[in-house]
Amino acid sequence: MAIDMSQFYQVFFEEAGEHLATMESLLLDLDLAEPDLEQVNAIFRAAHSIKGSAGTFGFQDMAEVTHEAETLLDRVRKEETRLDEAMLDALLDAGDVLKTLLAAHVGQGEADHEGMTRVCARLRQLVAQSAGRSVAAAAAAAPEAPASAADAGAAATLKAYNVSFAMEAADAETVLDNLLDELQQLGEAMVLVRPATPDGTWHLRVTTAADREAIAELVDFAARSGTLGIDAAEDQPPADADDGSYGFFDDAPAPAQEEAYGFFEPVGEAAAPPADASYGFFEPLPEQVATAPEPAITAMAEAPKTERRQTDRRQNERRAGADAASIRVGIERVDQLVNLVGELVITQAMLTQAAGRVDPVIHERLLTGLVQLERNTRDLQESVMAIRMVPISVVFGRFPRVVRDISQKLGKQVELKLVGEGTELDKGLIEKLTDPLTHLVRNSLDHGIESPEKRTAAGKPAQGTITLSAYHRSGSIVIEVGDDGAGLNRDKILAKARERGLQVSDAMSDQEVWQLIFEAGFSTADKVTDVSGRGVGMDVVKKNIAALGGRVDIESMTGIGTRMTVRLPLTLAILDGMSVQVGEETFILPLNTVIESVQPERGMLRTMGRTRQLLQVRGEYLPMVTLADVFGIGGRAAQPEQGIVVVVESEGTKAALFVDALLGQQQVVIKSLEANYRRVPGVSGATILGDGHVAMILDVPSLVDMGRKALPEAA
Amino acid sequence: MEMTTQAATMRTAAPGVQADGGYRQEFLTFTLGEEEYAIDILKVQEIRGYDAVTRIAGAPAFVKGVINLRGTIVPIVDLRIKFGLGKVEYTPFTVTIILNVGGRVVGIVVDSVSDVVGMLPEQIRPAPDFASGLDTAYIQGLGTLDERMLIVVDIEKLMLSGEMALVDEGAAEQRIAA
Repeated sequence: MAIDMSQFYQVFFEEAGEHLATMESLLLDLDLAEPDLEQVNAIFRAAHSIKGSAGTFGFQDMAEVTHEAETLLDRVRKEETRLDEAMLDALLDAGDVLKTLLAAHVGQGEADHEGMTRVCARLRQLVAQSAGRSVAAAAAAAPEAPASAADAGAAATLKAYNVSFAMEAADAETVLDNLLDELQQLGEAMVLVRPATPDGTWHLRVTTAADREAIAELVDFAARSGTLGIDAAEDQPPADADDGSYGFFDDAPAPAQEEAYGFFEPVGEAAAPPADASYGFFEPLPEQVATAPEPAITAMAEAPKTERRQTDRRQNERRAGADAASIRVGIERVDQLVNLVGELVITQAMLTQAAGRVDPVIHERLLTGLVQLERNTRDLQESVMAIRMVPISVVFGRFPRVVRDISQKLGKQVELKLVGEGTELDKGLIEKLTDPLTHLVRNSLDHGIESPEKRTAAGKPAQGTITLSAYHRSGSIVIEVGDDGAGLNRDKILAKARERGLQVSDAMSDQEVWQLIFEAGFSTADKVTDVSGRGVGMDVVKKNIAALGGRVDIESMTGIGTRMTVRLPLTLAILDGMSVQVGEETFILPLNTVIESVQPERGMLRTMGRTRQLLQVRGEYLPMVTLADVFGIGGRAAQPEQGIVVVVESEGTKAALFVDALLGQQQVVIKSLEANYRRVPGVSGATILGDGHVAMILDVPSLVDMGRKALPEAA
Repeated sequence: MEMTTQAATMRTAAPGVQADGGYRQEFLTFTLGEEEYAIDILKVQEIRGYDAVTRIAGAPAFVKGVINLRGTIVPIVDLRIKFGLGKVEYTPFTVTIILNVGGRVVGIVVDSVSDVVGMLPEQIRPAPDFASGLDTAYIQGLGTLDERMLIVVDIEKLMLSGEMALVDEGAAEQRIAA
């Protein structure tokens, strides 16, 4: 009877994704000259977990690739071979292939089966090579050679483990079959005791070169939580089993044995070998057993291994601790919480406003309570918002790889510095930030950092530096991508802009010139490389960042370097807005689109045709959009000089919005209007003001568009 | 007294399965001008007074605007304007029925809410086919309850129809089909 695995797929996809990310970052961190065994072990474990769960869920392609990677890693961690650049590349490639396979399973993109075959073959070849090398090392009789030679000879390191666990009754047989298959990959596995009922305790014996954790990870999937027990049976091959295992006990084994039978419910008939007595004993006391016999064994066998195993265990403990300290929660639950708190904040604001009218002397306690409520609400809101926050290291983590690959491809020497990786921002933002940031980094690599020769000639160190830093600044997050390269070339950009027919002049400020590179199709690269230079990208970067409510600034100095600064709001749910009044209504303008506000004078206004009005602001003619007309509201300011004009910009186009008055600046919570209504032209959403009323958030791009086209006939 | 007779009707009209096996469906009744309408009570979320609305640009006259219903932005439709019935004025006694239709929350303004009645399927007769303010496509039938005639409206179909301009074109048909 097969259970429906698909319900667990999502968990697998998430976990596999995390494991892959861990693998990659650890691989990049590895110091080839002196690899840290703990790190190698961690990589191995990550690969192993992917393999285990991929196998269980039937994603054979992923299991196959990880299996090959794991074989190689296993040799490395057993110190049978030295990790070299080729292996590192192959392992990183394997990680990439796994990512595409995973994406294909999730339903995004095509599975790269060709790449998979290639990577598998390459890994197998490396394993074969390394095997030859380690034997050679043994022959050369290096000081530590005996140990590694012994390791290489399979039999000597084989260990037998007794595994006991219980399973859910429903699908015990199927799960067991899968489990045995998995265990066979590690070594030999057999069932010692079959319980009388399917949900009883199973006893398996696994003879393998892999360590306890490897078995535990496999069996953990099948075992009912808390029922898993693994212990080393004996250090010898199974043939001369029994004596060996008892030998490690100082106490007389007899009483223990008697006790053991007590725990052993349906005694496994005659089929159970005598050694089983000890398993029964071990089961209720896994802690003691786990620690007692093992060091003894390892101490006898080979000293270096003990050390490694202990570090293994230490790491496992640490990992277990981390697991216990976090829980996986669906994002929609968090969003619901955020919404509820948002409502609470509004209610609290309404109460405070209402309480403003009561007599402070009579209602002193009420007012104190309200102050308390305000503080608690604010704290609550902060804590809830913090749930959605993730450190930016999630995004930064991918860049060491990007920089390594691209700098190799370009023949440049680049060091990547990461600053402020712990800076937190909204998860929704993180996902949308990856692509634009990658583009900026690639751009710095390709156009910013010069080749080593050029750098040396310019008196700079041959190795260039790219600095990625993130920090919080007054309610927004700032991410900087800086390089110490050649800097932007003002003349080249201007020349290119003229060539493309853009309106430029030599008098333009540097800031304005730099902004030109955000024009669509703009590239000053002499030749198009596959890294960048096609001129697609920077405009997309700017558009994407603007869509998140942020902006990109550039600072550059010839010969010193360039710094791109991305400023973003902390979350997508909150918007920095400027509230404006038109008639009786309040509208919110996203602050990042506002350039300035001007008190218009009669002379500044020009007409064009019958319906179009232009406003002359600082030498520019801006199309004027009268909000009262757009929304069909009777504005109070009939004459231009009675109202005020807000100059807004969207995608490089400016427009002048005519409103009655500016009310102020405030942060507003964005609410969907479309959830219960339809799209409204000129409006991007709605929000709830402190007095409980609804205000529309203006959609500046579409308003600017209205300015560009003919205005609707004035009502 | 009208109120007492209504209360009596409500008491006799207990919900649930009747002895004869017919299933009694519950309706909320409200008035628009001289006419009495009935809608499925399960579509009703709550009844509240009329709040100040925020107007929406480009909306038809009967879409009064949106209100803040405990953090949700809810559009309000004045059925009196839509059907040209009743006196359109907003007083402290003006009632808004908040509906939950097709996963959306929408409010309707009516003259007054009368009561909750239970009706057996046989009490609801097909409506004669003639033109009125309300397209017969949205009328489930005419219910008879003592001396009253109730116009039973398929409120979900009506609110999600293109005619109400509450949903984007195209989305309306999909929702009804689903």
